[in-house]
Amino acid sequence: MELAAGTKTTDTVRSRGDLIAFLVMAGLLVVAPAFAYPVFLMKALCFALFACAFNLLIGYVGLLSFGHALFFGWASYVSAHAAKVWGFPPELAILSGAAAGAGLGAIVGALAIRRQGIYFAMITLALAQMMYFFAVQAPFTHGEDGIQAVPRGKLFGFIDLANQTNMYATVLVIFLGCFLLIYRIVNSPFGEVLKAIRENEPRAISLGYKTERYKLVAFVLSAAFAGMAGATKALVFQLASLTDVEWQMSGEVILMTLVGGLGTLFGPVAGAFFMVTLENYLTTIGQWVFVVQGAIFVICVLLFRRGIVGELARFLHIKL
Amino acid sequence: MFEVFGISSQALFGQLLIGLINGSFYALLSLGLAVIFGMLNIINFTHGAQYMLGAFAAYFLLQKAGLGYWWAIIIAPLIVGATGIIVERLFLQWLYKLDHLYGLLLTFGLALIFEGTFRNFFGSSGLAYTVPPALQGGQNLGFMFLPNYRAWVIVFSLAVCLTTWFVIERTKLGSYLRAATENPTLVRAFGINVPRMITLTYGFGVALAALAGVMAAPIYNVSPQMGSNLIIVVFAVVVIGGMGSIMGAIVTGFGLGLIEGLTKVFFPEASNTVIFIVMAIVLLIRPAGLFGRST
Repeated sequence: MELAAGTKTTDTVRSRGDLIAFLVMAGLLVVAPAFAYPVFLMKALCFALFACAFNLLIGYVGLLSFGHALFFGWASYVSAHAAKVWGFPPELAILSGAAAGAGLGAIVGALAIRRQGIYFAMITLALAQMMYFFAVQAPFTHGEDGIQAVPRGKLFGFIDLANQTNMYATVLVIFLGCFLLIYRIVNSPFGEVLKAIRENEPRAISLGYKTERYKLVAFVLSAAFAGMAGATKALVFQLASLTDVEWQMSGEVILMTLVGGLGTLFGPVAGAFFMVTLENYLTTIGQWVFVVQGAIFVICVLLFRRGIVGELARFLHIKL
Repeated sequence: MFEVFGISSQALFGQLLIGLINGSFYALLSLGLAVIFGMLNIINFTHGAQYMLGAFAAYFLLQKAGLGYWWAIIIAPLIVGATGIIVERLFLQWLYKLDHLYGLLLTFGLALIFEGTFRNFFGSSGLAYTVPPALQGGQNLGFMFLPNYRAWVIVFSLAVCLTTWFVIERTKLGSYLRAATENPTLVRAFGINVPRMITLTYGFGVALAALAGVMAAPIYNVSPQMGSNLIIVVFAVVVIGGMGSIMGAIVTGFGLGLIEGLTKVFFPEASNTVIFIVMAIVLLIRPAGLFGRST
């Protein structure tokens, strides 16, 4: 696979570079509400986390999941239901969404990793479609209407999330926390095994690694982070609906990651902001949005496989 | 009329008939996917959109050129197959040396483009396409009423499937095709133009999808989204059958259509999901698929 291979640098230099890039990103996001509409930023951050979760699989294990909307959408249903019907506080509602993502990830992952390559993508897509039909039929999702008017509640009992600034700060903390966690996972010994599987799975097996187990754990982690993103989005928009479980959503997260740069740390974030901004401008053109998305897919695959961050990193001769 | 397990024979056989019809579309589409994957190593996500293009081509031929069903069933696959050849030359040929996933992503993008364009002009509601006069009406078989057009769809698609199987497995042309699937470099060394064969194979697979679209037009409405939900089910069919065997694709397609039809009678709530459930069970029991070689 043609992913950013990166030149071998010493670990200290690399982690210092990563730290600087992370601080720049965090700084930009802290001051961003002064320049942009907070709801737009929160939407972009939720999708950025979703794309980072997806990238954990495609970029570091080489597994293309075509069904990640399943975890994103069902987690948003679970957290919306928990907050609205069960009266959970927001922190528990979001965590139960992430737990739902992880649980579904364990089931789907266990089935999908039984086949390799292109079949893996088709299986995840098919299982996601199955769960979409469940979401259409199940009474608690309220079908076409979705779960509306989800209360944001008070975080830890005293931070009122109805306040837009508090909500933005919460989303930002969740995003940055998960981003650091993903960074830690990718750069751990566990992450090194994942990259070995991406590069050459038979070789990893011959070295004695139980690759199926590593792939499953990576899948569950990715699904949990995707669930975290979906659960947070449900609270931000106070809505959980069918759009988040549809196959188009799985396609969208792939596109975000591809545009930003597969297998780069910051690529999914850049890609998510790019696509959310673009769709913001394209809301007036109706169905042409799909055509534009399709065209971006085609252009990225044919001419721009490293993505925004990948090309930038190549231009600057650094690893991002 | 009689009853089976408390269900009238009309309802039971009626659903089984619909199951067989769906099954014939599954078979035609998964056959095309398997042939394309064999030669190009690409999972053609655009297949659903090309099925939709076939139906729209039939619709336009009737509305704009006054050419009826029998013309459409010949011309529409040729037109859509030709667009497939253009797609292969313009886009797909650059991907053969890359990872599989890029082919999937590119064809997914093309599917979005085709579907989005048609949705923009024709909305989400379907356009009606009438059954050709020669096939209107039906037969009363005693236990059920069999509309002529539906019988024709099943017989004709079965014939197309079996012809394709015969050509690939039993003729000289098919042996070139199979050899090029196994080892393209060696086949090229024998002086056979493999790149052209790849292009034509893609055109043929796409034409099969378009043919299915023409046959579907009088049964379902012609609508921009008719392909996108179908292709996901066909992917599940391909996972169940495995893409190694042509006959496997045909048998799996028809078989799953029947299972879906039966589910509609006995447990209608699960009729949308039954194929995915079968897929999950097959993955647990026979991970390589029913007819697949282990990958």
